[in-house]
Amino acid sequence: MNHQMRTALFLAGGLGFFCFYLWGLHGLPGFGHYPGPYGDIINALTVYQRHATDAVTAVNFDYRGFDTLGEEFILFTSVMGANLLLRKQKDDREEDPPLDRADGRIVPPTSDAIRVAGLALVVPIVVFGLYTVAHGQLTPGGGFQGGVILASMPLIIYLCGDYNAFDRVTSHLLSEIAEAVGAGGYAVTGVIAIFFGLPFLTNFIPLGQTGDVLSSGTIFVISVLTGIEVAAGLVVLMISFFAQALVYRKPGNENRRLP
Amino acid sequence: MIVMQVAVLLFVAITGTAVVFTRNPLHQVIGLAFYGLVMTLMFFIFQAPDVAFSQIVIGAVVIPLMVLLTLAKLKVKEQGRK
Repeated sequence: MNHQMRTALFLAGGLGFFCFYLWGLHGLPGFGHYPGPYGDIINALTVYQRHATDAVTAVNFDYRGFDTLGEEFILFTSVMGANLLLRKQKDDREEDPPLDRADGRIVPPTSDAIRVAGLALVVPIVVFGLYTVAHGQLTPGGGFQGGVILASMPLIIYLCGDYNAFDRVTSHLLSEIAEAVGAGGYAVTGVIAIFFGLPFLTNFIPLGQTGDVLSSGTIFVISVLTGIEVAAGLVVLMISFFAQALVYRKPGNENRRLP
Repeated sequence: MIVMQVAVLLFVAITGTAVVFTRNPLHQVIGLAFYGLVMTLMFFIFQAPDVAFSQIVIGAVVIPLMVLLTLAKLKVKEQGRK
């Protein structure tokens, strides 16, 4: 197939898509006009039923908690899959020390401004991440959001230092254990409800005072467990990628050091 | 508010198109990170701050970093073949 035919095929397909797209847009409700009843019902009921002021987290971790359990295991499985693909293979050798620049390239040192700003950000990022995880049921945020914020902390360390600094603040084993505990804990929280004679993932913990950190029953527990799982999962993912890119080398692909 | 919404949507369209039309993967990653940042702004302006939290880390940092590390690994392999 030559270039002209491909272009003609694309234009024909593009035209067809565009027609269907316009047809589809025609049936949409107006911009900013919410048509369904469920959002309004949830907004009206969440505070009374679940003592949670963030309806999004209440929906994610309670009303449709089973779907989120599936999503959490999608994340878990994809991290494990990437980890498996990027594992150290039999004939791989480890670079020692790992080199995070191309052979023979002289990289200017990280500027003092970046190092100072980055290091100053480390503690606020951890605190903000923990806050976002713990206040999921009260303010926008929750386990997923807080988890990714926490996972950005080792990256800041890498940005102001080098790979060795990243390696020192992360632990593959601990991250994997934390990931498993987070993912498994979510499922266990659901199973405990069964022992009380309630359906799977029912909110069985006392709901507490609306507005308190320790309120909303299982929503808070699941939010914290998800935070652990997401943060640890992303760290495991980054450790695998860093190790493949900087440490493992096939025979014959070793870095040629400059004398 | 409506002006900001229109502006940020246009900005998303422009940066998204720019990412698609960038052919060099290395340049594309920088564009992708910027696109992630613009998407964060869009979620924020459309009052979805919790999505914006996830997007700013995943879209602007983690995905570009993963692509960059993959490119670095491919470069090492290329050098080994020479």
